[in-house]
Amino acid sequence: MTSRRKLLRRALAGGVALASAVRPRPAAAAAPAAEPLMAMLYDATLCIGCKACVAACGAANDPEAWQGSLHQAPVDLDARTRSVIRLARVGDAPAFVKRQCMHCLDPACVAACMMKALQKREFGLVSWDGGKCVGCRYCQVACPYNVPRFEWDSANPRIVKCELCRDRLVAGGQPACCEACPRAAVIYGRRDDLLAEAHRRIRESPGRYVPRVYGEREAGGTQVLYLSHVPFETLGLPSLGPRSLPESVHAVQGRIYRGFVAPTALYAVVAGLILRNRRAGERDAAPPGTGDVPSREEP
Amino acid sequence: MSVKSEAGAPVGGKLATPAFRVLAGLFAAAMLAIAWRFAFGVGSVTAMTDGHPWGAWKVFNVIVLTALASGGYATALLAYVLNRGRYHSLVRLAVLTSAVGYTSGVLSLGVDIGRPWNFWRLVVVTGWNLHSVLLEVAICISAYVVFLWLEVAPLLLDRWTGSPREWLRRRARAITPWLERAFPFIVAFAVVLPTMHQSSLGSLFLLAGPRLHALWQTPALPLFFLISAWFMGYAAVTAASLLCSLAFDRRRHVAVLAAMGRINGGLVLFFVAGRWADVALRGQLGAVAALDRFGALFLAEAALLAPAALMLVRPRRGAGALLALAMSIALGGALYRLDAALVGFMPGPGWRYFPSLLELLVTAGWVAAALATFLYVVRRFPVLDAPLARGARTEGGCS
Repeated sequence: MTSRRKLLRRALAGGVALASAVRPRPAAAAAPAAEPLMAMLYDATLCIGCKACVAACGAANDPEAWQGSLHQAPVDLDARTRSVIRLARVGDAPAFVKRQCMHCLDPACVAACMMKALQKREFGLVSWDGGKCVGCRYCQVACPYNVPRFEWDSANPRIVKCELCRDRLVAGGQPACCEACPRAAVIYGRRDDLLAEAHRRIRESPGRYVPRVYGEREAGGTQVLYLSHVPFETLGLPSLGPRSLPESVHAVQGRIYRGFVAPTALYAVVAGLILRNRRAGERDAAPPGTGDVPSREEP
Repeated sequence: MSVKSEAGAPVGGKLATPAFRVLAGLFAAAMLAIAWRFAFGVGSVTAMTDGHPWGAWKVFNVIVLTALASGGYATALLAYVLNRGRYHSLVRLAVLTSAVGYTSGVLSLGVDIGRPWNFWRLVVVTGWNLHSVLLEVAICISAYVVFLWLEVAPLLLDRWTGSPREWLRRRARAITPWLERAFPFIVAFAVVLPTMHQSSLGSLFLLAGPRLHALWQTPALPLFFLISAWFMGYAAVTAASLLCSLAFDRRRHVAVLAAMGRINGGLVLFFVAGRWADVALRGQLGAVAALDRFGALFLAEAALLAPAALMLVRPRRGAGALLALAMSIALGGALYRLDAALVGFMPGPGWRYFPSLLELLVTAGWVAAALATFLYVVRRFPVLDAPLARGARTEGGCS
């Protein structure tokens, strides 16, 4: 535990120090918590698009695919790419964006998943359990960031997405992408620390950033945070309100099914009516209907 | 409402008519494509992508077809719950269309999902994610298929109790009284389960949030899906009944179907008015007026459904008009569901979906399997009325 925290701190401090070639002073030390929400902060103004993070992610999560290849530059997330650097052009100014799972605070994919194959686990990261997944792909319909990928060409398909390098985190390390970034454009740390750091950067360099931290409130908030000098929509990050998607479903579905009272009552009423009608029918001892014979309710 | 209340007769005749052979051939071809899919993955046969992960197999074979197969549910509401006796003459046919339609839909689902071998876990209650709308849909649909075949069972038993094979006759006679006693409770399940999952099929897309176009994304999705299941069910029963009368030379239930059409006219009118009111209340009338792809589709839904109102103006109509109106309603409802589940889904720039030929072949194969099963049951079991005096013509298909 101590060694992990030390590592995390060092990583965070190192990242912030590098980033602070522009901005001094690392984020304030975090108050200890039982299981802090861990996060990544990506600063588009610092990213030079070198894709070292993409290579490191591949090496850490899918070594087979990356073995022996010189360089791979996937253009988008796919079944072998959990993290990707994409280029947006705004006029003459290029802007890079790193895309991967946002690790939402209230994830739509987790709410969608029938049998808890996708779940929030250590540090709030969202990971996938193949033993419980039926491959229905409702998570893909639900994710507002269009992140989960499906192995379309496999007879034993998996859902592939960034799991925040769960194994490395549990072992006390940090995500491979954060470790690899030479510019500390993406750094790892506690979510509250990184939020504070993001706001500090905005405060201390007015005019440099769109004055907002993407992921602070989007769809209930995410554990991957973004700073950018161009509008977030340009980077392909969708405009989302502060309400999480599962909340908006619960507002409708939760009301209908609260305590399962309505379906139970409906069953009781329907069964009661059917029984009553049957008894009434037997009392009347009507001969078997032959269809167009008008019955009692006819005017 | 006895189990054996309706007198019917098997159509009989040769099973392997040309129509039946075409259906069987389609299904066999689809099975080849399905074998390919299990060997090389869902993507080797379909045009689905990570942006459009739900394609024809889910949206058409499950979301649209189960609505068209809601006739058993919708007719049971009239005949058993609201006690409108005259509709009993349609119950057997309606329940059979539902049973074959839902069974085909669930089987199609088993081919669509990537890891069907984990589906059994649905029985592990501790593994349930109670926040998942899809969990409710999956459980309710699977259970409903069982109850549908229990609803069909009386007409199977009807024949088996007179079977020349003794073991079958004995079993059938033993089961019949049990079924008779349990029947009201079976029917009640067969009303509650589709009420739940047909509305929840709409709720599924609440989670798509802003990725579903504003003309379809609304908290009223479950209500619209439920109502569309009703009117699509009535329309499908109407079409099935009239086409069977035509194909097998049976009496046309024009009076009952016209009465049903009148109810359906009201339902459809309520639905269309509700859709417009919902869009207006959410301030999205501009999206209709934009007359882009989405606005045009919204108007097309209304245009296909609106003629149903004619039934309210003048309810006495001939078989041809009833059939045309039913088709129009079924198409309008199908388009609504297709739009809400697929066309209106906007995953972002660059994503496109149009089903591949093999994908459509499988879609058609499952429909063909449902129709072929329907034809088989109609020929061998007492689903339809006894034939007209001049004798039955036994050619041709029937949906």
